[in-house]
Amino acid sequence: MYRYDQYDHQMLADRIAQFRDQTRRFLEGQLSDAEFLPLRLQNGLYVQRLAPMLRVAIPYGMLSSAQMRKLAFIADQFDKGYGHLTTRQNIQFNWPALADVPDILAHLAEVEMHAIQTSGNCIRNTTTDQFAGVAVDEVEDARAYCEIIRQWSTFHPEFAFLPRKFKIAVCGTRQDQAATQVHDIGLYLLKNEHHEIGFRVLVGGGLGRTPVIGSEIKAFLPQEHLLTYLDAILRVYNREGRRDNKYKARIKILVKETGVSDFRDKVEHEWMLLKDGPLTLTRVEVERCRAFFHDPQYKSISSHSNELEAALNTDVLFSAWYEQNISEHKKPGYAIVTVCVKKTGFAPGDLDSDQMRFIADLSDRYSFGEMRITHTQNLVLADVEKSQLYILWKDLKTRDLEADNLGLLSDMICCPGGDFCSLANAKSIPVAEAIQRRFSDSQLREIGQLSLNISGCMNACGHHHVGNIGILGVDKKGEEYFQISLGGSADHNTALGKIVGPSFSQEEVPDVIEKIVTVYQQHKASGESFLHTYNRLGMEPFKEALYGNKADEHQTD
Amino acid sequence: MSTRLIKHGTLVPDTWVLVKSPNELESLDKLSGQDLIVPLPFWLTERQSIESREGQTAVWLNSNEIPESIAGYLDRLPLVALNFPEFKDGRPYSSARELRQRWGYQGEIRAVGDVLRDQLFFMKRCGFDAFLLRDDQNPDAALTAFHDFQDAYQPSTIQPLPLFRRR
Repeated sequence: MYRYDQYDHQMLADRIAQFRDQTRRFLEGQLSDAEFLPLRLQNGLYVQRLAPMLRVAIPYGMLSSAQMRKLAFIADQFDKGYGHLTTRQNIQFNWPALADVPDILAHLAEVEMHAIQTSGNCIRNTTTDQFAGVAVDEVEDARAYCEIIRQWSTFHPEFAFLPRKFKIAVCGTRQDQAATQVHDIGLYLLKNEHHEIGFRVLVGGGLGRTPVIGSEIKAFLPQEHLLTYLDAILRVYNREGRRDNKYKARIKILVKETGVSDFRDKVEHEWMLLKDGPLTLTRVEVERCRAFFHDPQYKSISSHSNELEAALNTDVLFSAWYEQNISEHKKPGYAIVTVCVKKTGFAPGDLDSDQMRFIADLSDRYSFGEMRITHTQNLVLADVEKSQLYILWKDLKTRDLEADNLGLLSDMICCPGGDFCSLANAKSIPVAEAIQRRFSDSQLREIGQLSLNISGCMNACGHHHVGNIGILGVDKKGEEYFQISLGGSADHNTALGKIVGPSFSQEEVPDVIEKIVTVYQQHKASGESFLHTYNRLGMEPFKEALYGNKADEHQTD
Repeated sequence: MSTRLIKHGTLVPDTWVLVKSPNELESLDKLSGQDLIVPLPFWLTERQSIESREGQTAVWLNSNEIPESIAGYLDRLPLVALNFPEFKDGRPYSSARELRQRWGYQGEIRAVGDVLRDQLFFMKRCGFDAFLLRDDQNPDAALTAFHDFQDAYQPSTIQPLPLFRRR
């Protein structure tokens, strides 16, 4: 993992002192609400329905055991004993007191953590595939580049007051578990014919009210030009992005209104000024950052484990978990474990402080003291010896962390919704739970891989547009209703779901999901996924099952 | 005389008159001998007459006005002011950088408008070197804002090399 030097430490110390002073001035009435707003947001602090919410950055999802223990401490000391994993691979606390936040930031700084730019109209946490560095299908480890971007974007003087928030993802795996194409900037790591590293640059992707898949503006950007090119894109956006309407302020709207080709020309024009300037990456800097993400001390072990074989043959529950939650590792004898934080009856992505400490201990014992947060709100232990999997699973069971539904319908992305968030139209957590309760484990397994994403409002924090099934909370004359979309996908072939028809009440949603799944099961070929089946069938059979002739009885939105 | 102007890390008297709207300029004669900062549209159309009077002339750009519009005249402008209509409008940061980077402007770049203590450090790093604080700001407290951070990752007008070339 990246480790701070004296410069990084000093910058955090300065930041905390600055925010302590800003908070004091706000509490003493010297700073207005409007003036304090962007300052607190750029330190991760929102004002929610019930209390402030503090979002702590977990750069590209990487977390050490010491950092996880510190998060547990903060949950206990300043919150109600739990935290919530987010789709930007961060964690948020829902109950801190405003006056405590500078102290919380000081605690975080002790373990090289912060809440810088986790909110506000600035460049947010850069994300990547949670399997970076351990995936079998990797072009290049994205994490060094994420760290380079983190430093470039932290307190960037020109881009602290953008028209709107700005999200960057970097992906070096072929599978793409980072939803790269729905980011303001999506970067795919590539190697050209000379084995030189570079990036395919997409711009203008995003979810929210106007979901858009990013457009390519550069097929191959040599790595040394990464930061000058980002500077150029951001400058065009900062100058020309709309500021008259919050809902049209993201870069995706600018790219659409300008046209991809003209937008590319503008970026190139800016870039010519910056290219080969001081921000050009040096070989030394790239190597320095890459060195932080070298392989841990893997043992030379066989890819076959007798202990694992024996357990798989004797313990059906373990075997089910193994089938679902284990991914192939680049090193023989090792496995990638995803701890699914979606157990029925628990809010999706929530971890209590005991679980945090417990996972930290497990990571020390089994996975070199590191873990990763996924954008689907789960946790990864990336380097576990296969022979240890059975005992690890038994350990996980003791803390309700053995959910074996990874990638299944019940492993939903779900925003905090109307229970916490002041923007939400609807409560998303109870809907998630009602759906989870509708299906038995064996039914879920039979349905197979299916992503179901829930957002409580059109800001789309729950990524509903890119769920195979998407659920969106809408307000219908003061009542909470839910709009269903089908066919979304966030992988290398990103697709936006299409709305099936008129929305449903909260009570109807589990039935609706069940009907959709039934249509799939009736029509699927052997081994065919939900998404593939939907793409083959189209919307009609699903519409028929949901509305039949009664479509008229529903009001359209 | 205003004491809200920061230059070279200290509070200095302001010798310039900021003309917010051409309506204030009914009689140029009265302002003879005054150093004036005039709005861009006015300057573009009335440049010759206003420059023929006694006193220096500078121009201010609003956040939606681009430096390119004055690029041809920069060598005769002692000062360019960039207006923050509200502090959340981030466009003047890019304008300042463009003036320094693209057009090589060496004169004074002055922040005017909604200029608050908590944005000064960003402004300075983008190339602003004079700061006309909003009326209600505490000028002495604002002076300390330039020292909020000891260093930064990015290159800037106060440190041309990014941290990665220095660490």
